[in-house]
Amino acid sequence: MANHFDKIERASRTRRKVVRTVTYVLLTFWALMVLFPYYWMLLTSVKSYSAYNAEYVPTFFTAAPTLENYVSAFSGVPLARYFLNSLIFTVVTTALMMAVIVPAAFAFARLEFKGKNLVFSLFLALMMIPNELVIITNFQTITNWGLRNSFAGLILPSVTSVFYIYLLRENFAQIPDELYSAAKVDGTTDFKYLTRVMMPICKPTIITIVILKVIECWNSYVWPRLITDDPAFFLVSNGIQEIRENGFGRENIPAMMAAVVVISVPLIILFLVFRNKVMAGVSRGGIKG
Amino acid sequence: MNKENNLKGWLYLLPAILFLGFFMVYPLVDVFIYSFEEGYNSASQTFFGVGLYNYSYVLHDPYFLQALKNTFILVIITVPLSTIIALLISVGLNSITAVKKLYQTVYFLPYVTNTLAVGLVFMILFKKTAYTDGLANLVLAWFGRGPIDFIDGPYWAKMFVLCFYTIWVVMPFKVLILTSALASVNQDYYNAAKVDGTSSFRIFRKITLPMISPMIFYLVITGFIGAFKAYSDAVALFGTNLNAAEMNTIVGYVYDMLYGDSGGYPSYASAAAILLFAVVFTITLINLSISKKNVHY
Repeated sequence: MANHFDKIERASRTRRKVVRTVTYVLLTFWALMVLFPYYWMLLTSVKSYSAYNAEYVPTFFTAAPTLENYVSAFSGVPLARYFLNSLIFTVVTTALMMAVIVPAAFAFARLEFKGKNLVFSLFLALMMIPNELVIITNFQTITNWGLRNSFAGLILPSVTSVFYIYLLRENFAQIPDELYSAAKVDGTTDFKYLTRVMMPICKPTIITIVILKVIECWNSYVWPRLITDDPAFFLVSNGIQEIRENGFGRENIPAMMAAVVVISVPLIILFLVFRNKVMAGVSRGGIKG
Repeated sequence: MNKENNLKGWLYLLPAILFLGFFMVYPLVDVFIYSFEEGYNSASQTFFGVGLYNYSYVLHDPYFLQALKNTFILVIITVPLSTIIALLISVGLNSITAVKKLYQTVYFLPYVTNTLAVGLVFMILFKKTAYTDGLANLVLAWFGRGPIDFIDGPYWAKMFVLCFYTIWVVMPFKVLILTSALASVNQDYYNAAKVDGTSSFRIFRKITLPMISPMIFYLVITGFIGAFKAYSDAVALFGTNLNAAEMNTIVGYVYDMLYGDSGGYPSYASAAAILLFAVVFTITLINLSISKKNVHY
């Protein structure tokens, strides 16, 4: 009898072990699938031009890594310019957006005024409008204003986000009314209350919104492509496309990969530093995929 | 509530209202107007008449039909496949403890990397040139197949790369959502089922799936919407001239009509954009009605 139980238990233990092993193998397989393109871009970026072109069969490592491609990535194409443009675009857009959405969220969460609920419903309805529908007219508007190939033209249409106003409003609304009444008794103005009390309390949400916006700005491609054809105003995505199509005067794939590494690194670092904030933020408000 | 308060409220809202008015509300009205203006000329901003000609032009344009076909194939392949793979990965991820956090971080990486940049890497992995067959063909050769040019070669090969890359790109979001959905299922249900000696497959089908079905459904809807709007992934792989590569998508068609070598036709672009949203809207409604029967809230 005891022997029989042993057998069953041993069998089920073996089964669990097999399931576990298979799980780890599959998960590791997918992890490698995800990491491989990154590995390949790093690897190719440190192979010398002649070594890379001599490989009819691609090799999985290199014995003689070189940084020459990084030099030609910056000297052969205006990579530093693209990088700087993206930096300016990202910082200014994000800062302007915060200046627009924080007061709006505050008004919806805390102030009482006629028509508030109606406007809020209209704002929510706007969340359903896809970018592709409005981009056509925006293109015409910016062109008519003579703002093509300018930072203003790049930035203006992406300054507001109804979704972030909504996210911030929900967070502001959780702050107890008593705090507001107490501040009012002390004679604190609404603006001071917003900047000194509400914003510090809601800092985690604000940081999340900033990070999500930064990712969106850094990766934006479609609008910049429509609105700029002067390389002096290209952002990194357009720069990459330009490098791909007109390149370094020759098919210099290692240098392309060096450029790709350079523009990918900032966001990867940002993500690794703020891992939890980014993932929590995306699961609350991610819209990609 | 007094006058001063009213004014203050609107003042705080003013910047948001101005920006939304200029760049969302007005364009939304305008896109419909554009789509009915026949023979609109960008330079002189004049048009001949009002009617449905733009729609008819777009629907008879072979480039649009090609884009429509590509987009539908992409949607039909990537949405179910990516959801199922994401479900498998999330279930696996949820059942392990060691390296779980590390793998979660790794799986999320594609979300924060520039689609155009990594697309270029994929292009190089799959491209066959005079100098090299590329890595994908090296792998094919191990199995005694190939070589195939995935970037400039046959249609199905290009479609395969596009689907593969799209799945790679959308996976982080789906895995993230499903992992947190799985983690939030109440452990008591599992314990009760285990006491009853229920098999793990049955537990998955009868407890896990129903419990996370709202999230799966959410992913299917956002997946459909996202895949219908595919564009930059295709550009990353095949370059900006997607019509020549036979790999254009509906959104790509809209942008090509607006700007670029074949651009300057905002009316056609508007008509195509509105057609796209009619399709997306219909599919979302169908999804919603299916979910009412199958999703357990």
